[in-house]
Amino acid sequence: MLDLVARLGHKGLKKLEAFGSAGVILMQALVARPQPFTMLPLVVKQIHFVGVLSLIIIVVSGLFIGMVLGLQGYTILVDYGSEQAVGQMVALSLVRELAPVVTALLFAGRAGSALTAEIGLMKATEQLSSLEMIGVDPLRRIIAPRFWAGFICLPVLATIFSLVGIMGGALVGIDWLGIYEGSFWSNMQNSVDFREDILNGLIKAVVFGFVVTWIAVFQGYDCVPTSEGISDATTKTVVYSSLSVLALDFVLTALMFGDL
Amino acid sequence: MDSFEDVIIDIQNLSFARGERAIYNNVDIQVPRGKITAIMGPSGTGKTTLLKLIGGQLKPDQGSILVAGKDIPRLGRRELFDMRARMGMLFQSGALFTDISVYENVAFPLRVHTDLSEEMIRDVVLMKLHAVGLRGARDLMPSELSGGMARRVALARAIALDPEIVMYDEPFAGQDPIAMGVLVNLIRRLNRALGHTSIIVSHDIQETLGIADYIYLISDAEVIARGTPEEIANTSSQKVRQFIDGLPDGPVPFHFPAGDYQSELLQDS
Repeated sequence: MLDLVARLGHKGLKKLEAFGSAGVILMQALVARPQPFTMLPLVVKQIHFVGVLSLIIIVVSGLFIGMVLGLQGYTILVDYGSEQAVGQMVALSLVRELAPVVTALLFAGRAGSALTAEIGLMKATEQLSSLEMIGVDPLRRIIAPRFWAGFICLPVLATIFSLVGIMGGALVGIDWLGIYEGSFWSNMQNSVDFREDILNGLIKAVVFGFVVTWIAVFQGYDCVPTSEGISDATTKTVVYSSLSVLALDFVLTALMFGDL
Repeated sequence: MDSFEDVIIDIQNLSFARGERAIYNNVDIQVPRGKITAIMGPSGTGKTTLLKLIGGQLKPDQGSILVAGKDIPRLGRRELFDMRARMGMLFQSGALFTDISVYENVAFPLRVHTDLSEEMIRDVVLMKLHAVGLRGARDLMPSELSGGMARRVALARAIALDPEIVMYDEPFAGQDPIAMGVLVNLIRRLNRALGHTSIIVSHDIQETLGIADYIYLISDAEVIARGTPEEIANTSSQKVRQFIDGLPDGPVPFHFPAGDYQSELLQDS
């Protein structure tokens, strides 16, 4: 029994230690003399990798989720004769919840795992060591631009997800099921508030972007540089980011909309 | 103990442990300037660790590592990075940056540490690549190179800044005989032509005996032999002989420490 408690405590301490060193690594990577001329091209390149190349999966998922929302909303709301509220329902659920959360989950799977694997392999092939020996800090050169890119891209991707999703909802609601176009859009316009809904959704996306990218780069940097180590780290990235996103989503939603 | 006229790396009382295991225990090593010094020993004795200690990537538990008069473990970040610009290191795997071309790999340290114009960088890169015989491969990506070629490109990158010290981590491991011959020749020729100090970490005996000016043999966290290749080759110490002649059993046991063989077999699991 005592042994069990001791083991549990040991595990807890280890997790806490990992959390601490993840924080230290992030600080070391980000807090330094700004060097816009070397940094900017690196960040742009990473934005291409984690952002632009994630567009397809984001757009396609957004479209289908919007279409499903439109269809489901219609079949329920039509019973109450209020099918023109489909626009409102689609827009609110996307902007407040689905866009930031699903984008973050997809981002963790598509870009987060790639970041972890890339950094882990760089470590395994001694590229990080050789950067250090050339006199370049890998935290500044490798970690920082990837972190910034993820942090910038996720809110943008979430916004695109919302837009495409609303288009999908309109496609199903208006063009297929024949909801009157005017009431579809005006209902949406009247009910979606910029500060309450859009801004809060964006804040969620920013927080998720921070967390997912942080987990991804830390797992990569901290991994055991072997094949199992890298596969383990990649799995951890996806699992930890997904769980953190879902848990944080609840916390943020409670803070933002809890007193309604 | 021999003493050299001009010592560039002076390691005193170095101790370093990884967890419980001592990698180095009160070790003294001096590396003469402008010569090829080899650090040899069985796998797992921490030869690569020594290079990382000299490069400041690891900090020793005790002792001093003076490189050109500066104590590496006690340098600040800025000074350490400046110091590293004066060292080149060839990693075992080559460690080329896989996302940029051969040309950009060799240009990388120049871009980081110098303000040379693009034309100057081009000239230096082509000179370094020519020195390793791969000027024609400058547009290839690292993934398109064979193992030996990758190591030569890494060598060109390591000497791009004309460092005072070049460290080679297992330069011959896993090379075919031709690539090996090319590398041996290159290391010797570059050392003479550029006048830098070379440190080779290796367990390839013939190749290393062939090019080194001075050899340290490390085993069990200590220097067990030191001297010129002739002195090492003619030594009578059993431990050294076992390594040089490649005997499977001897002072370094074939068996990993274990309990009694017979009683273990008879034991119920």
